[in-house]
Amino acid sequence: MQNRIEKRIELKAPVSRVWRALTDYREFGQWFQVKLEGPFVPGQVSRGHITYPGYEHLKWEAVVQKMEPERLFSFTWHPYAIDPKKDYSKETPTLVEFRLEKTPTGTLLLLTESGFDKVAADRRAEAFRRNDGGWDEQMKNIDGYVSQKP
Amino acid sequence: MSHKSRSRIASTRRRRSPVFAALGDETRLSLVAKLCSGQRQSISQLTEGSRLTRQAITKHLRVLENAGIVRTVRKGRESHFQFNPQPMEGIREYLDSVSQQWDQALSRLKSFVEH
Repeated sequence: MQNRIEKRIELKAPVSRVWRALTDYREFGQWFQVKLEGPFVPGQVSRGHITYPGYEHLKWEAVVQKMEPERLFSFTWHPYAIDPKKDYSKETPTLVEFRLEKTPTGTLLLLTESGFDKVAADRRAEAFRRNDGGWDEQMKNIDGYVSQKP
Repeated sequence: MSHKSRSRIASTRRRRSPVFAALGDETRLSLVAKLCSGQRQSISQLTEGSRLTRQAITKHLRVLENAGIVRTVRKGRESHFQFNPQPMEGIREYLDSVSQQWDQALSRLKSFVEH
Protein backbone atom coordinates (compact mmCIF):
# COMPACT_ATOMS: atom_id res chain seq x y z
CA MET A 1 0.00 0.00 0.00
CA GLN A 2 2.68 2.46 1.00
CA ASN A 3 4.69 2.41 -2.17
CA ARG A 4 1.84 2.05 -4.60
CA ILE A 5 -1.28 3.86 -5.65
CA GLU A 6 -4.44 1.88 -6.31
CA LYS A 7 -7.65 3.13 -7.85
CA ARG A 8 -10.88 1.42 -8.81
CA ILE A 9 -13.41 3.07 -11.02
CA GLU A 10 -16.69 1.79 -12.45
CA LEU A 11 -17.24 2.85 -16.04
CA LYS A 12 -20.59 2.63 -17.75
CA ALA A 13 -19.09 1.48 -21.02
CA PRO A 14 -18.25 -1.94 -22.43
CA VAL A 15 -14.79 -3.39 -21.88
CA SER A 16 -14.02 -3.05 -25.59
CA ARG A 17 -14.75 0.69 -25.45
CA VAL A 18 -12.54 1.23 -22.40
CA TRP A 19 -9.77 -0.86 -23.94
CA ARG A 20 -9.79 1.39 -26.99
CA ALA A 21 -9.72 4.55 -24.86
CA LEU A 22 -6.69 3.18 -23.04
CA THR A 23 -4.67 1.73 -25.88
CA ASP A 24 -5.47 3.75 -28.98
CA TYR A 25 -2.80 6.41 -28.74
CA ARG A 26 -5.07 9.16 -30.06
CA GLU A 27 -7.87 8.32 -27.65
CA PHE A 28 -5.47 7.93 -24.73
CA GLY A 29 -4.07 11.34 -25.57
CA GLN A 30 -7.48 12.97 -25.41
CA TRP A 31 -8.33 12.13 -21.82
CA PHE A 32 -4.76 11.95 -20.56
CA GLN A 33 -3.96 15.29 -22.20
CA VAL A 34 -0.91 14.26 -24.16
CA LYS A 35 -0.17 14.21 -27.90
CA LEU A 36 1.57 10.96 -28.76
CA GLU A 37 3.73 10.40 -31.84
CA GLY A 38 2.46 6.93 -32.65
CA PRO A 39 0.71 3.75 -31.51
CA PHE A 40 1.57 1.89 -28.33
CA VAL A 41 3.73 -1.17 -28.99
CA PRO A 42 4.85 -3.50 -26.18
CA GLY A 43 8.57 -3.15 -25.49
CA GLN A 44 8.79 0.18 -27.28
CA VAL A 45 9.14 3.71 -26.07
CA SER A 46 6.09 5.89 -26.48
CA ARG A 47 6.89 9.56 -26.95
CA GLY A 48 4.85 12.69 -27.12
CA HIS A 49 4.21 15.96 -25.38
CA ILE A 50 1.76 17.27 -22.85
CA THR A 51 -1.19 19.13 -24.33
CA TYR A 52 -2.31 20.84 -21.17
CA PRO A 53 -2.25 24.59 -21.90
CA GLY A 54 1.02 26.11 -20.78
CA TYR A 55 2.80 22.77 -20.59
CA GLU A 56 3.17 21.93 -24.27
CA HIS A 57 6.96 22.16 -24.00
CA LEU A 58 7.04 19.13 -21.72
CA LYS A 59 7.65 15.77 -23.23
CA TRP A 60 5.86 12.57 -22.33
CA GLU A 61 7.76 9.33 -22.37
CA ALA A 62 6.85 5.83 -21.29
CA VAL A 63 7.90 2.28 -22.14
CA VAL A 64 4.94 0.10 -23.01
CA GLN A 65 5.12 -3.20 -21.13
CA LYS A 66 2.04 -5.36 -21.67
CA MET A 67 -0.99 -5.20 -23.91
CA GLU A 68 -3.25 -8.17 -23.23
CA PRO A 69 -6.41 -7.30 -25.15
CA GLU A 70 -9.32 -6.10 -23.00
CA ARG A 71 -7.49 -7.28 -19.87
CA LEU A 72 -4.23 -5.53 -19.10
CA PHE A 73 -2.36 -2.49 -20.36
CA SER A 74 0.82 -1.44 -18.61
CA PHE A 75 3.75 0.92 -19.03
CA THR A 76 6.67 2.18 -17.02
CA TRP A 77 7.48 5.87 -16.74
CA HIS A 78 8.83 8.55 -14.51
CA PRO A 79 5.76 10.06 -12.94
CA TYR A 80 5.51 13.81 -13.35
CA ALA A 81 9.01 14.10 -14.69
CA ILE A 82 8.30 17.66 -15.64
CA ASP A 83 11.61 19.44 -15.33
CA PRO A 84 12.80 19.57 -18.97
CA LYS A 85 16.41 20.11 -17.89
CA LYS A 86 16.61 17.07 -15.63
CA ASP A 87 17.61 13.61 -16.80
CA TYR A 88 15.19 11.17 -15.22
CA SER A 89 16.52 8.14 -17.06
CA LYS A 90 18.78 7.13 -14.16
CA GLU A 91 15.87 6.94 -11.75
CA THR A 92 13.97 3.72 -11.34
CA PRO A 93 10.65 4.14 -13.14
CA THR A 94 7.28 3.29 -11.69
CA LEU A 95 4.95 0.72 -13.24
CA VAL A 96 1.45 1.81 -14.25
CA GLU A 97 -1.09 -0.98 -14.81
CA PHE A 98 -4.63 -0.72 -16.05
CA ARG A 99 -6.69 -3.88 -15.50
CA LEU A 100 -10.16 -4.29 -16.93
CA GLU A 101 -12.98 -6.49 -15.68
CA LYS A 102 -16.43 -6.89 -17.18
CA THR A 103 -19.30 -6.00 -14.82
CA PRO A 104 -23.10 -6.16 -15.27
CA THR A 105 -23.14 -2.39 -15.88
CA GLY A 106 -19.96 -2.00 -17.86
CA THR A 107 -16.33 -2.14 -16.87
CA LEU A 108 -14.38 -2.09 -13.65
CA LEU A 109 -11.04 -0.39 -14.16
CA LEU A 110 -8.28 -1.08 -11.66
CA LEU A 111 -5.32 1.23 -11.82
CA THR A 112 -2.12 0.68 -9.91
CA GLU A 113 1.07 2.65 -9.96
CA SER A 114 3.81 0.84 -8.08
CA GLY A 115 7.52 0.94 -7.41
CA PHE A 116 7.88 4.35 -5.84
CA ASP A 117 10.88 2.71 -4.34
CA LYS A 118 12.44 -0.61 -5.16
CA VAL A 119 11.44 -2.18 -1.90
CA ALA A 120 8.84 -4.90 -1.70
CA ALA A 121 5.64 -3.51 -0.21
CA ASP A 122 5.59 -5.98 2.67
CA ARG A 123 9.08 -5.02 3.85
CA ARG A 124 8.19 -1.37 3.87
CA ALA A 125 4.97 -2.11 5.68
CA GLU A 126 6.99 -3.96 8.31
CA ALA A 127 9.31 -1.00 8.78
CA PHE A 128 6.40 1.36 9.09
CA ARG A 129 4.46 -0.83 11.50
CA ARG A 130 7.30 -0.53 13.94
CA ASN A 131 7.24 3.21 13.71
CA ASP A 132 5.65 5.36 16.39
CA GLY A 133 1.94 6.08 16.51
CA GLY A 134 2.09 9.26 14.46
CA TRP A 135 3.17 7.55 11.29
CA ASP A 136 0.80 4.62 11.84
CA GLU A 137 -2.01 7.12 12.04
CA GLN A 138 -0.97 8.71 8.78
CA MET A 139 -0.83 5.39 7.01
CA LYS A 140 -4.44 4.85 8.02
CA ASN A 141 -5.20 8.24 6.55
CA ILE A 142 -3.73 7.19 3.22
CA ASP A 143 -5.70 3.97 3.32
CA GLY A 144 -8.83 5.94 4.01
CA TYR A 145 -8.04 8.50 1.37
CA VAL A 146 -7.42 5.95 -1.35
CA SER A 147 -10.43 3.81 -0.52
CA GLN A 148 -12.75 6.80 -0.30
CA LYS A 149 -11.65 8.12 -3.66
CA PRO A 150 -12.02 5.24 -6.04
CA MET B 1 -4.30 19.11 -14.05
CA SER B 2 -3.83 22.62 -12.78
CA HIS B 3 -0.63 24.59 -13.27
CA LYS B 4 -0.31 24.95 -9.57
CA SER B 5 -0.56 21.27 -8.74
CA ARG B 6 1.84 20.34 -11.53
CA SER B 7 4.53 22.69 -10.32
CA ARG B 8 3.86 21.68 -6.73
CA ILE B 9 4.43 18.08 -7.68
CA ALA B 10 7.61 18.95 -9.58
CA SER B 11 9.16 20.64 -6.61
CA THR B 12 7.91 17.98 -4.21
CA ARG B 13 9.33 15.32 -6.46
CA ARG B 14 12.76 16.92 -6.44
CA ARG B 15 12.78 16.98 -2.67
CA ARG B 16 11.38 13.48 -2.20
CA SER B 17 13.37 11.39 -4.61
CA PRO B 18 16.44 11.15 -2.30
CA VAL B 19 14.13 9.82 0.41
CA PHE B 20 12.73 7.13 -1.88
CA ALA B 21 16.24 6.25 -2.97
CA ALA B 22 17.53 6.08 0.60
CA LEU B 23 14.75 3.67 1.53
CA GLY B 24 15.27 1.53 -1.54
CA ASP B 25 17.75 -0.81 0.14
CA GLU B 26 17.11 -3.72 2.48
CA THR B 27 19.90 -2.90 4.92
CA ARG B 28 18.81 0.70 5.25
CA LEU B 29 15.22 -0.34 5.62
CA SER B 30 16.12 -2.68 8.46
CA LEU B 31 18.05 0.17 10.11
CA VAL B 32 14.96 2.35 9.85
CA ALA B 33 12.89 -0.48 11.32
CA LYS B 34 15.28 -0.67 14.29
CA LEU B 35 15.35 3.09 14.81
CA CYS B 36 11.73 3.96 14.28
CA SER B 37 10.76 2.60 17.69
CA GLY B 38 12.00 6.02 18.80
CA GLN B 39 15.01 4.86 20.84
CA ARG B 40 18.39 6.36 19.98
CA GLN B 41 20.88 3.65 19.22
CA SER B 42 24.63 3.38 18.99
CA ILE B 43 26.51 1.96 16.05
CA SER B 44 27.23 -1.21 18.07
CA GLN B 45 23.54 -1.74 18.77
CA LEU B 46 22.70 -1.19 15.12
CA THR B 47 25.40 -3.61 13.93
CA GLU B 48 24.18 -6.33 16.29
CA GLY B 49 22.55 -9.23 14.48
CA SER B 50 23.81 -8.02 11.12
CA ARG B 51 26.39 -9.75 8.97
CA LEU B 52 27.75 -6.39 7.89
CA THR B 53 30.72 -4.61 9.42
CA ARG B 54 30.43 -1.44 11.45
CA GLN B 55 31.95 0.46 8.53
CA ALA B 56 29.30 -0.81 6.15
CA ILE B 57 26.50 0.00 8.58
CA THR B 58 27.99 3.46 9.10
CA LYS B 59 27.93 4.06 5.34
CA HIS B 60 24.26 3.14 5.18
CA LEU B 61 23.50 5.39 8.13
CA ARG B 62 25.17 8.29 6.29
CA VAL B 63 22.87 7.76 3.32
CA LEU B 64 19.87 7.85 5.65
CA GLU B 65 21.28 10.91 7.36
CA ASN B 66 21.75 12.74 4.06
CA ALA B 67 18.13 12.05 3.21
CA GLY B 68 17.14 13.43 6.61
CA ILE B 69 15.65 10.16 7.82
CA VAL B 70 18.25 9.71 10.56
CA ARG B 71 19.98 12.23 12.80
CA THR B 72 23.25 11.80 14.62
CA VAL B 73 23.38 12.69 18.29
CA ARG B 74 26.76 12.83 20.02
CA LYS B 75 26.77 11.13 23.38
CA GLY B 76 30.19 11.38 24.98
CA ARG B 77 32.64 9.73 22.64
CA GLU B 78 29.99 7.77 20.83
CA SER B 79 27.58 8.71 18.09
CA HIS B 80 23.98 7.71 18.54
CA PHE B 81 21.43 7.62 15.78
CA GLN B 82 17.87 8.82 15.95
CA PHE B 83 14.93 8.41 13.58
CA ASN B 84 13.33 11.52 12.09
CA PRO B 85 9.83 10.79 10.73
CA GLN B 86 9.46 14.03 8.79
CA PRO B 87 10.82 12.92 5.40
CA MET B 88 8.47 9.92 5.53
CA GLU B 89 5.57 12.29 5.98
CA GLY B 90 6.84 14.05 2.88
CA ILE B 91 6.55 10.79 0.97
CA ARG B 92 2.96 10.48 2.07
CA GLU B 93 2.22 13.97 0.77
CA TYR B 94 3.93 13.16 -2.51
CA LEU B 95 1.91 9.97 -2.97
CA ASP B 96 -1.23 11.90 -2.11
CA SER B 97 -0.45 14.40 -4.88
CA VAL B 98 0.22 11.71 -7.49
CA SER B 99 -2.92 9.97 -6.30
CA GLN B 100 -4.97 13.12 -6.85
CA GLN B 101 -3.58 13.50 -10.36
CA TRP B 102 -4.80 9.99 -11.13
CA ASP B 103 -8.23 10.83 -9.72
CA GLN B 104 -8.43 13.70 -12.17
CA ALA B 105 -7.18 11.68 -15.14
CA LEU B 106 -9.58 8.82 -14.41
CA SER B 107 -12.53 11.14 -14.10
CA ARG B 108 -11.64 12.55 -17.54
CA LEU B 109 -11.46 8.97 -18.84
CA LYS B 110 -14.87 8.27 -17.33
CA SER B 111 -16.56 11.14 -19.11
CA PHE B 112 -14.62 10.28 -22.28
CA VAL B 113 -15.92 6.69 -22.49
CA GLU B 114 -19.40 7.34 -21.13
CA HIS B 115 -20.35 10.04 -23.62
